[in-house]
Amino acid sequence: MMGEWEPNIIVIACNWCTYQAADLAGSLRYPYPTTVKIIRVPCSGRVEPEFIIETLRNADGVLIGGCHPGDCHYKEGNYKAARRFKLIQKMLVEMGIEPERVRLEWISGSEGLRFAEVMREFDAKIRELGPLRW
Amino acid sequence: MSKIKLAIYLSAGCAGCEMALVDLSEKLIDALENIEIVWWTPTVVDLKYKDLENLEDKSIDVALVDGAVRLSEQEHVIKILRQKTKVLVAFGACAAMGGVPGLANFHKREELLETAYINTWSTDNPDGVLPQTEYDVNGSKLTLPEFYGEVKALHQVVDVDYFIGGCPPHHDHVAVAVEAIIKGELPPKGSWITSGKSVCDSCRRNPAQKGEIRKPIEKVRRTIEGTPDEECLLQQGYLCLGPVTQGDCGGSCPQVNIPCRGCGGPVAGKDFGARAVGALASLMTDEAVDEMLEKIPSLGKFLYRYSLPVSLINRKK
Amino acid sequence: MTRLEGHGKITIIMDENGNFADAYFQTVEFRGYEKFLAGLPIEEVPRTVSTICGVCRGVHHTAATKASDGVYGVEPTETAKKIRELFLNAHYVEDHAVILYALGLPDFVVGPEADPAERNLIGLVRRVGVDIAKEILKKRKCAVKIFELLGGKPIHPVAGLPGGWSKKIEENERQEIEKLAKELVELGQITLQIFEDVILKNEKYMELVTGDLYRTVLNYMGTVDDSERINYYDGVQKIVDTRGNEIGRFRGKEYLEYIAERVIPWSYMKFPYLKQLGWNDIRDGEGTSIYSVGPLPRLNVSEGMNTPLAQEHYEKMFEVLGEKPAHYILSFHWARAIELLNAAERVLELAQDESITNSDVRAELGEVTGEGVGILEAPRGTLIHHYKTDDRGIVEEANLIVATTHNNAAINLAIRNAAKKFVKNGEIDEKILNYVEMAFRPYDLCLACATHTLPGRMPIEIEVYDSEGMLYRRLRNF
Repeated sequence: MMGEWEPNIIVIACNWCTYQAADLAGSLRYPYPTTVKIIRVPCSGRVEPEFIIETLRNADGVLIGGCHPGDCHYKEGNYKAARRFKLIQKMLVEMGIEPERVRLEWISGSEGLRFAEVMREFDAKIRELGPLRW
Repeated sequence: MSKIKLAIYLSAGCAGCEMALVDLSEKLIDALENIEIVWWTPTVVDLKYKDLENLEDKSIDVALVDGAVRLSEQEHVIKILRQKTKVLVAFGACAAMGGVPGLANFHKREELLETAYINTWSTDNPDGVLPQTEYDVNGSKLTLPEFYGEVKALHQVVDVDYFIGGCPPHHDHVAVAVEAIIKGELPPKGSWITSGKSVCDSCRRNPAQKGEIRKPIEKVRRTIEGTPDEECLLQQGYLCLGPVTQGDCGGSCPQVNIPCRGCGGPVAGKDFGARAVGALASLMTDEAVDEMLEKIPSLGKFLYRYSLPVSLINRKK
Repeated sequence: MTRLEGHGKITIIMDENGNFADAYFQTVEFRGYEKFLAGLPIEEVPRTVSTICGVCRGVHHTAATKASDGVYGVEPTETAKKIRELFLNAHYVEDHAVILYALGLPDFVVGPEADPAERNLIGLVRRVGVDIAKEILKKRKCAVKIFELLGGKPIHPVAGLPGGWSKKIEENERQEIEKLAKELVELGQITLQIFEDVILKNEKYMELVTGDLYRTVLNYMGTVDDSERINYYDGVQKIVDTRGNEIGRFRGKEYLEYIAERVIPWSYMKFPYLKQLGWNDIRDGEGTSIYSVGPLPRLNVSEGMNTPLAQEHYEKMFEVLGEKPAHYILSFHWARAIELLNAAERVLELAQDESITNSDVRAELGEVTGEGVGILEAPRGTLIHHYKTDDRGIVEEANLIVATTHNNAAINLAIRNAAKKFVKNGEIDEKILNYVEMAFRPYDLCLACATHTLPGRMPIEIEVYDSEGMLYRRLRNF
């Protein structure tokens, strides 16, 4: 069983930046692991803490991708995301989950290369941590 | 009109919810004109489990269960009760959400036992023994039931028709619920019986009640820090969970200068703690968030005080 | 503390002749409060631990609040102390009333051998008459009103804070409390009158009360004030031996020098004993290290009551029982009725003190000491809450000893004594259930902090084993 295990990684990406970066990574053929599945949302500020927890019931890692500070299409959605993220990550650690499984990254639409790098790195980290078993 | 047949069962709870029924006093006596209590065990009426088993299926109109589920015996009784009852109500925070005892899910069973029987300061345990489910005393076996490693809410064991929040539900709300049951004016199955208002909606401190705009939370205060004025507690930095909590209590805690901790159940959504994080973080400045992390080291125990067993991740990994 | 629930289980073992050999009382569940409170800010603890028991929630709230004073090295203001004492005494009145009317008295008013379906509050109402019953309920409700007014919530209170209380009492509230308190004093007087009419005037019952069946010779512990009178909220813990000689007295953290809790593998509930006398098994009589707590033990260790009407009854009780300390456990009920009146008188005294409306309800907190012990007398006996925190006042470890746990060994002994009488030559008298219930009722009645069923209605299962260890008979009241 363990030998066949492949991580299940969910990326919840802001439509205006991180999702565009993923698109760009594809166009420019920057490879990133197939373990990554992307969910598009209008803004990282739309990501409710419940989404993150719900995702973790089935995934091994969750990454929220938003716009760089100051760049939010809706002015301050990403600031809100950052505040929520800090609190929710703390609670997850209390539940015995490694903090590295939950990640928040600012990746703009032009950062296709960075998107692919972050995904590779995140995938490696999750493989190192192993499956999240309940 | 024939009387409504009511059953009440205390599962793993503190009996506070039943005290709330008793505190109805005269109203309870009036309600008895329309209600026949067929089973109130083990608290008030000396009836045996057998008496419940002998009832026809669906012959009880309404059953209230208070307390969470911790023992196999409790699960057994609840399953029979479900079979005999038309409308099953999770009555109060423990049955509806796991309640304070549900905080035990933050720990492994072994940790709980070790603390109680080995590490506590007044414990005298020269041989380091833990209570045994089977123990031989002079040739006779003494047995103890094993308790579940996890506290569960009622709907995690059987199908539940309605939920009522509160630790315990305020007796005024109980009166409203009892009346709704008598009149048959119940919401769709699976709902909470609630006014639908949040604690803030029923709180006189709420700036919106005075037509004022809510200010961001710039500072976080524990209840011990300073004395609150008459304004909104949350705005003063006291982490009141009123915005995400059902306010069928009438906002009783903020009325005595104490912030809400969410016993009424979530206004919306499944996961109370996550909803609370969402709401608080939206109202707070970055600095306040950092201050909160520093001042409340166990955010989970703080925010899931009454609801851990029904949260999306409901026990420690 | 081991937090228990479910039903109580009694195992009786017979010898080869079918006579009583031994009996064990077990409570069957465990909760883990001592562990899961860790991580909470200490000021969040009082409102959280009240859920240990919905019946005596106010005492857990108050004991934890007292412990939180210690954590912040603060002495509550005089006004706050008065409010807390008022709150606790109002709680006493309603709790003692529940215990007496729902359980203690039905055994006598309806009769110890009456049908269990009749031997309860409903049967009691039938005997004393509906009008009196309504009057009693109405008066008890007055205490509940005071409890809600001060505590913030009708069942689980929230108002206790380190160094004080979250809310001041307004003058109109004080006047209302004073009015309610007068009703409570009347409730106390009615209760003692019923006790006198039903029990004291009935020779057969008095034989039961002062007979050997319900006599357990133990040491006793309770709280007394500077003049050796009973105090529920604060004072010093006094311990006397089986003959009434003082063994020791302690305050706060010193409890660890006097009390240890033995773990026995067949019980989720530990067995506290007097440390200086050493563990010498669960036995009564001279030289035992077992002690008990609660209404009768409090009266036993003290020199009197702090209010005039209750004092008269105190004197009368010891005169009738003819011994002090009194070891007759059915007189717990008598002591309870006297305490009800005492608490009611105390509520009235405090409510008549106009300075209770002062606005200094919270003292300035001191430096975090990192440790606090709150000891008070719960209606069922001494309650100890002990916390250690980090330098921010976040709980790291906790130790709770509730009244029921203090009385665990005493309850076992009382049941043993009753079982001795009812198991003979392989014959088991059905009345054993009634009489065994009567044996544990005085101590706690509820085992509420332990078993979570309301007073007296605790489901009990008795299993009788023969000398070969085979199940011989099973009796249940549920």
